[in-house]
Amino acid sequence: MADEKTITMPIEATHIMMFNRSIGDYSNDAMAGDLVAPPTFPQAAAQFDPDYFLRIKPGVDWFGSGKNPSGVEGKPASSGGLHAEQHFEFERPIRPGDVLSVVTKPGKTWEKESKRAGKLMFSEKITEYRDQNGELVCTARGVGVKTERPVDQD
Amino acid sequence: MTVKASEISVGDTFEEVLVEDLKRTQLVMYSGTSGDYNPLHTDDVYCRDAAGYPGVFAHGMLTMGMTSRIVTGLFGAENVKKFGVRFTNQVWPGDDLKGNAVVEDIRQEGGKTLVDLKITTTNQKGDVVVMGNATGLAVG
Repeated sequence: MADEKTITMPIEATHIMMFNRSIGDYSNDAMAGDLVAPPTFPQAAAQFDPDYFLRIKPGVDWFGSGKNPSGVEGKPASSGGLHAEQHFEFERPIRPGDVLSVVTKPGKTWEKESKRAGKLMFSEKITEYRDQNGELVCTARGVGVKTERPVDQD
Repeated sequence: MTVKASEISVGDTFEEVLVEDLKRTQLVMYSGTSGDYNPLHTDDVYCRDAAGYPGVFAHGMLTMGMTSRIVTGLFGAENVKKFGVRFTNQVWPGDDLKGNAVVEDIRQEGGKTLVDLKITTTNQKGDVVVMGNATGLAVG
């Protein structure tokens, strides 16, 4: 996490069309005209991260269910982490044919007390997306929160 | 389709039904396209028997993505300059979501018209699930 790695994200029309369907936008089904990535599409860079932990990888135990409710013993790998905020800022639209270089850096961290989940530990990640010419295209800021205990469901 | 700069005023409100009776299959579709295959969003057995949740729930980013349709509908995807939200409540299969955008400011910058929106998405109980802001370029 400390070392900066660069993910290469090639932008493809079919990926945008399928991403749009998955958020309920069927207006690009014909794949005609000027196809532009919607504002939350940069998050799909996860597809191109070889180490992304929320994807099954050969030879690595997966924490989802199979024979058992979880494929790993003990505490499930993803517990305690929630997405608190997400922000995108664009310098220009992202289009098919772009090849983006994606670098994520840690940002600020802070803590807060809450009644529903105990101590909340916030951490920020800043992700820059640069195009094939090295120009900044998009900056994303994500805030994750880890809770002391699961959030009370009312 | 998109709004024209000349036809928009501060205080204008736009509403859109984002989803009715959210299906688990929609969560699977979003996992497939985003690459976020967290079983919390696709695997009821894992959620109930390993993670302690009543069942699968939507990716925050799916709710944000559905909410983005109100912004891209107004400006066109190519004219969205900023979009940011806070996630305030979980979204569950069966939920109905409605997006709301209020024009907070219209400003000129470098000869272009920028429109600032306040964005809120609520479920069928009236609970806010995401809230945030967007800025788009209005043309015409």
